[in-house]
Amino acid sequence: MADGNGNSAAAQFKAGLWSDNPVLVQLLGMCPTLAITNSVENALVMGAAATFVVICSNLVTSLLRSLIRPHVRILIFTLTIATFVTIADRFLAANLFEVSKKLGAFVPLIIVNCIIICRAEVCAIKSGLFKSFCDACGIGIGFTIALTILGVVRELLGSGSLYGIPVMPEGFDKWVIMVLPPGAFLTLGILIGVVNYARLRTSPGGAA
Amino acid sequence: MTIGSLIMLFIGAALVNNLVLSMFLGICPFLGVSRKVNMAFGMGCAVTFVITLSGVVTWLIVHGVLVPLGGRIGLDLSFLKYVIFIAVIASMVQLVEMYLRKFFPLLYTAFGVFLPLITTNCAILGACLLIDLRDYNLLEAITFSFAGGVGFALAITIMAGIREHLTFSDVPRALQGPGITLLVAAILAMSFMGFAGMMR
Repeated sequence: MADGNGNSAAAQFKAGLWSDNPVLVQLLGMCPTLAITNSVENALVMGAAATFVVICSNLVTSLLRSLIRPHVRILIFTLTIATFVTIADRFLAANLFEVSKKLGAFVPLIIVNCIIICRAEVCAIKSGLFKSFCDACGIGIGFTIALTILGVVRELLGSGSLYGIPVMPEGFDKWVIMVLPPGAFLTLGILIGVVNYARLRTSPGGAA
Repeated sequence: MTIGSLIMLFIGAALVNNLVLSMFLGICPFLGVSRKVNMAFGMGCAVTFVITLSGVVTWLIVHGVLVPLGGRIGLDLSFLKYVIFIAVIASMVQLVEMYLRKFFPLLYTAFGVFLPLITTNCAILGACLLIDLRDYNLLEAITFSFAGGVGFALAITIMAGIREHLTFSDVPRALQGPGITLLVAAILAMSFMGFAGMMR
């Protein structure tokens, strides 16, 4: 993992996008990834909410890093995250009511999204403000990209539309299974296979 | 409220709307701790225990403290729910950990690092949130959280059984590990969809 202190903030940002992509490489935050990617809209809103929370919690953790004692750090992380998730949840309920209703329990479930707690533990607790911010941006955007890819595939095949707009030709048979739970496992399994294949091709001998 | 509807709720939460396979809660331990059957079964039991306790305690806090207190001071205190839920779960896990260490040291060493990780198991927070979202009464809350735990234990144990057999099969290199596990989960989820016929 590219977490050494010698890394510049920009490298930290880039790592989140590809080589340390939280969903496709580190396999963190699987629950929202699978549950809400049956449409592109859900995926984008979820990605945005999680990005907001990871940035805020990374900034707060980085500011508090000299005050936090090691044995209570997980508790502090969780409570910080829970606070920002509450803010995001209230904001969504007020401004994007329809989507917030569809996401249901999965907005509050960002609290236990391991990506966020992982970033606080791996980066924010021992890095400065700017580096933590870049790290959070990279991870958040990487998470959003992975969600969107899944959302595009599943919505295209499952409902024949993109962002709610029908795009498939008239005679297209919808693959209903793709918007149902098994489709989520299937799509992510294949996507991870493809990513691993690409990584194996570009770095022969490198462990996948 | 009859026994019959409670049984339906139990079957619904344990099989038809299985927390792992149809609600996608608790996927991380489902993928991470499902290599050995006995480990998976132990994890399932621990989660069932914690989920039932936290489901009941969070229900009691919401209906016994937050609602009456909010009514008295004239504020809607429901925005405090998430913070309270996660604090309750974390302390429940801590409690279970201390209890096991004191009375079942063997089990405690067998669980190792997975015990504290239950805190971030979204199945538990998810069950508490769903109980709150669907306005269950206390009896339903107990049934639902216990059934959710049983469903989780069932799914993770089946998965571990399949993965033990997978070690002997020739999986393409790019799909090894998580890839093939997710594909197996897809087939498992498809077969669990068959239980939907029981709820007619």
